[in-house]
Amino acid sequence: MFTTPFDYRNAHSVQDVIEWLQEDPDNTKILAGGHSLLPLMKLRLSTVSHLIDIGQIPELQGIVLSDNELRIGAFTRYVQLVRDPSVALAAPLVAEAARVIGDLQVRNRGTIGGSLCHADPAADLPAALLALGAELEIAGPAGKRREDIDSFFLAPFITTLAPGEVLTAIRIPRIAQGARSIYLKRPHLASGYPIIGVAAWVVLRDAQVDSCRIAITGIGSVPFRAFSAEQMLVGQTFTRDVILRAAEQVASDQSFDDDDDGYKANLCRVYVTRALAALGNQG
Amino acid sequence: MADVIGSALKRHEDVRLIRGKGQYTDDIKLPGMLYAGIVRSPHAHARLVKVDVSRALKMPGVVAAFTGADLKDEVGFIPTAWIPPDSDMKMPPHPALAVDMVRYQGDGVAVVIAQTPAQARDGVDAVEVEYESLPAVTNPFAAAQEGAPLVHEDIAGNVAFHWKVGGDVEEIFNRAEVVVRQEFRQQRLVPNAMEPRSAVAQWNPATEELTLWATTQNPHIHRLLMSGILGIPEHKLRVVAIDVGGAFGSKISCYPDEIIVSWAARRLNRPVKWTETRTENFTVTSHGRDHVQEVALAGTKDGHIEAIRVKTYANLGAYLSTAAPGVPTILFGLIVNGAYAIPEASAEVYGMLTHTTPVDAYRGAGRPEATFLVERMVDLYAHAINKDPLEVRNINLIPAEAFPYTNPFGLQYDSGNYQGALAKALEIVDYAAFRREQENLRQQGKYIGIGFSTYVEMCGLGPSEVAGAVGFQGGLWESATVRVHPTGKVTVFTGASPHGQGEETTFAQIVAQELGVPPEDIEVVHGDTSKIAMGWGTYGSRTTVVGGAAIHLADQKVIAKARKIAAHKLEVGEDDVEFEQGIFSVKGLPARAVTFQEAALDAYLAWSLPAGMEPALEGTAFYNPENFTYPFGTHIAIVSVDPDTGDVELMRYVAVDDVGVVINPMLVEGQIHGGLVQGIGQALYEGVEYDTNGQLMTGSFLDYAMPKARFFPKFETAHTTTPSPHNPLGVKGVGETGAIASTPAVVNAVMDALAPFGIQDLPMPLTPRKVWQAIASKGGHMHVHDAI
Repeated sequence: MFTTPFDYRNAHSVQDVIEWLQEDPDNTKILAGGHSLLPLMKLRLSTVSHLIDIGQIPELQGIVLSDNELRIGAFTRYVQLVRDPSVALAAPLVAEAARVIGDLQVRNRGTIGGSLCHADPAADLPAALLALGAELEIAGPAGKRREDIDSFFLAPFITTLAPGEVLTAIRIPRIAQGARSIYLKRPHLASGYPIIGVAAWVVLRDAQVDSCRIAITGIGSVPFRAFSAEQMLVGQTFTRDVILRAAEQVASDQSFDDDDDGYKANLCRVYVTRALAALGNQG
Repeated sequence: MADVIGSALKRHEDVRLIRGKGQYTDDIKLPGMLYAGIVRSPHAHARLVKVDVSRALKMPGVVAAFTGADLKDEVGFIPTAWIPPDSDMKMPPHPALAVDMVRYQGDGVAVVIAQTPAQARDGVDAVEVEYESLPAVTNPFAAAQEGAPLVHEDIAGNVAFHWKVGGDVEEIFNRAEVVVRQEFRQQRLVPNAMEPRSAVAQWNPATEELTLWATTQNPHIHRLLMSGILGIPEHKLRVVAIDVGGAFGSKISCYPDEIIVSWAARRLNRPVKWTETRTENFTVTSHGRDHVQEVALAGTKDGHIEAIRVKTYANLGAYLSTAAPGVPTILFGLIVNGAYAIPEASAEVYGMLTHTTPVDAYRGAGRPEATFLVERMVDLYAHAINKDPLEVRNINLIPAEAFPYTNPFGLQYDSGNYQGALAKALEIVDYAAFRREQENLRQQGKYIGIGFSTYVEMCGLGPSEVAGAVGFQGGLWESATVRVHPTGKVTVFTGASPHGQGEETTFAQIVAQELGVPPEDIEVVHGDTSKIAMGWGTYGSRTTVVGGAAIHLADQKVIAKARKIAAHKLEVGEDDVEFEQGIFSVKGLPARAVTFQEAALDAYLAWSLPAGMEPALEGTAFYNPENFTYPFGTHIAIVSVDPDTGDVELMRYVAVDDVGVVINPMLVEGQIHGGLVQGIGQALYEGVEYDTNGQLMTGSFLDYAMPKARFFPKFETAHTTTPSPHNPLGVKGVGETGAIASTPAVVNAVMDALAPFGIQDLPMPLTPRKVWQAIASKGGHMHVHDAI
């Protein structure tokens, strides 16, 4: 397994990356953990002329917890998300999703920013970040911008990142006080990627849903939020029937590719039900 | 010293292997070595319009590039080594590189040889090939239909052979009270050995000798075949298998790649290495199984099976691989009655050519395909007559007093106590309690099932006379040399070629037990045609059965000579000398003794040997087995099925195997576990899929579901011991039992769980989606059950 020839540059600042990306934008890729990119290059499914390694850029590293939000540098590895105490405190859903990505080797290398920018529709983290309402910090030739994660994923492997742009950090609002959260994953038997991954949290007040979020990855062409089911749940007593109706809503709102038999819609129903039921049983 | 045979010695070979100090073929680096990359067809079936290597030749580091046209006058076709008798087999020509047609995705069209592996890879991309794509056929039944695309123009109907055995069962079927018919699809599997294939060839112009290091299970068979293909005489050809990282049958075959590097090394007078990528391992290394089976069983209403009839379309792939024709015939058709006293049976096999990767032996090789169908038919028959599958087994299993038992095809099952193994399994699983729990859970909408496989298999390949009679183009005896050194240390040379099974340890145990030498004083050498005169390799669970027996015979020669030396030294008659635990002593006078090591030294010093005795101490033996061996047992699978998702969970797995005498219980356990994982993998997870153009859709570990440790419960294993009466060690072979027995046990269990839905059969693998679809199509269970 040998890649086509490429040159490799080690960036020391985000500015380096932005400049270098502009030199030959069509043939340049950013190397983060490399666990998706390098296999594609070795299979020659991706031919890249220039690789920019972003592993030694201080601005892209670190996890900082402030009063209202968690800021995670784009180059933070999965294993750090799993182990970091402030992630566990402020965004346990992120740690829970990171814990079931790939295997130990993948978690030791793969990064949160790499996962988001690669935009594999079967990635785990997007579900957790959608459910938490993350905001993305992006730097580019025109300066810095922020984008809500809800609008970031356009299609499989395609995001709103413009040529020359770099994802620098992920900002996650602190999860609501008293929230129960879960990431429920159904791994593919061969690849281990989620066939479906449901990230959800709920705040219950006197058995009624005060607020909640549901986001789903793996089963659609992009990870998505279940807006109408969320709306349906708010104010309802969190009973079995309500959960089943919410799950039905999620499944019927979506259309799934390759689903003549209705299996994917069924999985969607079953996994949303199971995730919400598990939240009901928590606490 | 306690008995060494029967003790769980740790694997001698692991000391190097788990420290990363093993020497695999790809580890070989020779001065001036070049690297080959092979240009492979992306099409399953196409005419080669143009193969142009001129651009590749200009690439940096590229030394040479050759096409099929360059090889065709110097390299012979690759033959199969198995020609089923009375089958009118047609052997399609198999060139090492395609000349004008490609016949499966991955068929080689050119080779690029460069100074580094990366340069070879870039060179491969620079070869310009123009293809005229043609329609392809991948399914063996479809290949037999009128109008199917032909794989080889000269072979009508894609039928490489038609083979039939057994009696005329039609009359029984016409008058039978009950006839059960079922079609089974034995899906195609990828063996997926951990180590990909590799080959390094070196030509010595001074001696005109070629050395080939290759990942092979049978270096001597390789030498034999390659000498014919390459025109290099056998005594000028050396084939070496150093450490080989697993094979499961996929390294039996003599492959084009090995021939290409051998030819190129001689042509270029430089060593050449080729190592396959994992992608190539999926696309060009032989696959296993792939049958479409039409099966019928005739029986009485009260549970007596009267006949079984099998018609199989066996997919052989695009060319006939080394052992391919023997797998779905001799190793399959002759044992479709399984462990049951079925009076009449017939088996008919169409060996089909398709536009797919060649199929060869894969762990079990024919016997899993046979065991699956008979074990499934017993369950379907039980269902048809409304009897418990266990009861039907009890009625039909061959009774212990019937051994040796001659089956309807004339195989003589050597020994067995099938009821004993079943009884032992039922000590572990409380069947009545299971049925009660199953009923209770069904009331709650939960579905569990139990499945049996009371199997027998044939292994220890095999008697050479039979090998000849059934069309195997070689002998199946085995050789051993036990060489005792002057210090009493021992080197054992075996013609078997273990590649992960652990016989460096088991063979040392046999010698340690018999010569009374500590196991650490014994080295087992295998896999090198320059060190071992002849041998037939490792496959078909034959290594300990046949290779071990040869060592036993060689040991006896050593002991006989050493006894004479000891008697001479002790100044007594040979008959007055006892030999126990490495010490020769005078009967009744244990103090008067000579150690084995002292006798060895005397043999080499030769200062005072018995009159007429030659110096040195070694024994060489060639063991030609009388018969196959027939391991058997009872496997029980217990599963639960989640109707919401179609998920099958294996809750318990009980394996009671009778493999005869056990030499190393830990290694036997390991073999059974590995086999189970592969057999259960076939039932639940694994399966090759091609699209209609013959493109492999499951060409990587992203798509092809290899079983993982977390998929399995702790296996519950136990044994009964019925020694093989004709094997000098009493052993029966254990390499394949797990893979043979487990697949139907699991499928039977899933079908038992699905019985309330009226589902009796589903094609493997029983993936969640397939199971869910079946339940949904029966109108069952569309709602979600979870309680809150």
